[in-house]
Amino acid sequence: MALLHIDNLHAAADEKPILNGISLTVNAGEVHAIMGPNGSGKSTLAQVLAGHEAYDVTAGSISFAGEDLLDMEAEERAWAGLFLAFQYPVEIPGVSNAYFLRQGYNEIRKARGLDELDPIDFYDLLEEKLKVVEWGPEIMERAVNFGFSGGEKKRNEILQMAVLEPKLAILDETDSGLDIDALRIVANGVNTLRGPEKAIIVVTHYQRLLNYIVPDFVHVIAGGRIVRSGGKELALELEEKGYEWLTSEAAVA
Amino acid sequence: MNATATMPFADLIATTQASEMTGWLADLREAGAARFAEEGIPTSRDEEWRFTPVGPLGKMTFRAPAVSAPLDRTALSPFAFGDGWPTVVLVDGRFVPELSRLDALPDGVVVTSLAEAIAAGEPAVEAHLGRTATADQTPFTALSAATFADGLFVQVSAGVVAPTPVQLISVATDAAAEAMLAPRLVVLVGANAELSLVESYVTLTEATYFTNTVAEVHLGANARLDHTRIMRESEAAWHIGFTQVDQEQDSHYREFALAMGGRLARHNVHTRHHGERVETLLYGLYLTRGEQVADTHSAIFHDQPNCNSWEVYKGVLADDSRAVFNGKVLVDRIAQKTDAKQTNRNLLLSDTARVDAKPQLEIFADDVRCTHGATIGKLNPQQRYYLKTRGIGGKKAEQLLTWAFAAEVMAEITQPAVRVGLEALVHQRLDELTS
Ligand SMILES: Nc1ncnc2c1ncn2[C@@H]1O[C@H](COP(=O)(O)OP(=O)(O)OP(=O)(O)O)[C@@H](O)[C@H]1O
Ligand SMILES: [Mg+2]
Repeated sequence: MALLHIDNLHAAADEKPILNGISLTVNAGEVHAIMGPNGSGKSTLAQVLAGHEAYDVTAGSISFAGEDLLDMEAEERAWAGLFLAFQYPVEIPGVSNAYFLRQGYNEIRKARGLDELDPIDFYDLLEEKLKVVEWGPEIMERAVNFGFSGGEKKRNEILQMAVLEPKLAILDETDSGLDIDALRIVANGVNTLRGPEKAIIVVTHYQRLLNYIVPDFVHVIAGGRIVRSGGKELALELEEKGYEWLTSEAAVA
Repeated sequence: MNATATMPFADLIATTQASEMTGWLADLREAGAARFAEEGIPTSRDEEWRFTPVGPLGKMTFRAPAVSAPLDRTALSPFAFGDGWPTVVLVDGRFVPELSRLDALPDGVVVTSLAEAIAAGEPAVEAHLGRTATADQTPFTALSAATFADGLFVQVSAGVVAPTPVQLISVATDAAAEAMLAPRLVVLVGANAELSLVESYVTLTEATYFTNTVAEVHLGANARLDHTRIMRESEAAWHIGFTQVDQEQDSHYREFALAMGGRLARHNVHTRHHGERVETLLYGLYLTRGEQVADTHSAIFHDQPNCNSWEVYKGVLADDSRAVFNGKVLVDRIAQKTDAKQTNRNLLLSDTARVDAKPQLEIFADDVRCTHGATIGKLNPQQRYYLKTRGIGGKKAEQLLTWAFAAEVMAEITQPAVRVGLEALVHQRLDELTS
């Protein structure tokens, strides 16, 4: 059974159609890359999957781990094992990273009928996860994303992903704005999460990331549709030729 | 004397006047009574009280507190902070030595009940009582002068750093029902001296009563006072408090005021600068629910050059509750290089809560930096969504974000024991407000 199955998804914001019939199947163990021009609907797809209320699904369906995803609140999707690393992570002044992560971790455990971790046990877990992103403990006392640099915010998303251990992680341009070292760290973080039970969708503009996180499939979204799917070679082809040839094809179609 | 017989609080004033008094105290009480008779209870036509419905106070009859049932020290433990801190406890307005802790005071630190200090003929009391906060400031300072019963006297000698905070705990019990409690504080910190003060109004009853309290504070040159004011009266109670702070040059006054009790609670905090390089830091948090009204009126009189003031007040309002914030910053024409910043932020947890916020800057000097900002808003939907995507939804997210809103100002409580205690208290209340 597919982990994620998107069928003919149409979505709009403020009555403006953005997604115009997306179909995509992601099986456990797979890595899918989504590429495409600015404004083509990549983040919208990611946000619709995560449960953002700004978007109305006007047609189509999404099943996740056998359940109707569109029937679930955003937090229920997180409980079910879906995680979105935001293109623009949100700042929460007044809440420490450590507290925030522990709350999220425990809410998910509670929803799954598991015992909550107390702060001390959680701290042990956190120490392990901090290694994934090569961070010291100092960052945990800072307010969530507050005053973080662009790169630190992205790295913090990966830390959250490492702690919450989702079944499906969607990374929306997590590589944008990262320096070479941070890119390697983030990619390593993602790779440690790979596994036969898990799947990853990476939204990116750069083939560079895909050297680190090698995808099984590459999809190109343009005008709210998937206009081309292929193997990892497609990313190289895009790097060379740009999107023009695909988007004009789509316009014709 | 029919006219005075129907005057609000006439009986209480008459009883106080009849008690044995001589000299300056009798004059003070008489002047207070006269002033109050002139002014009466303010109405909404009075600009200072426009949004603060105190009218009902004039129609109610408050008596003197009944005889309090004996209290065990453990009954006070939820309200007391440090172990062994010098403490004056007032039960239903009356000083209770057995519950207070006034032994082994450090050298240079005098802590007594105010009535004892008066009886002892302490000259510093006469010099400040009714003179730092005068009867003409508000009708309620006049009423206080006419009727105050007891309270706290603290004096820290020049150059002395008080090793622990001093506390006043004013607790209401069932004997306070339908009564007025009128505590008063005189706090004097000498030149180069330092003190930390915790002033608490707490309750062991759900009855209706009225606390009318006045604190008079004088800071000598280069003195420091760290003042925490905790108002957690019965939610049926009325609370009107007035804090007047006079600051000599180079002195530093810092107040954190928590207001979470009372059906109507008003707090005025006024500071006057008598020398240069004075610093005034005012922080506050008010939490309201039901039909509570919480009112903060701050007034900083920048009368001297090169002084700074910094204010951060935050409020969280649920249900049909209301808050009033009025922040006056008055910069005299000689007060050049004044640096004053005022922030008031309000978080509404319901559609029916209301805030009347009014920054009031009156600036007569030209080389100053004065800013203010007031916001009234709801929880940020982006933040809520982000929390949801991390598995934190519903009430949990609301609680977390509401706490985050309050945490910024809670962090300004400098005494660790007080901060930890109040954090737990505020946490619990916020959880109640959001559920
Ligand atoms: N909440 C919204 N309200 C209105 N329009 C929106 C909203 N969200 C997205 N859009 C519009 O939908 C289109 C697709 O936006 P989206 O963010 O999904 O693009 P993207 O493919 O992620 O682009 P980029 O590569 O620049 O990140 C854009 O035209 C955008 O302005
Ligand atoms: Mg995008």
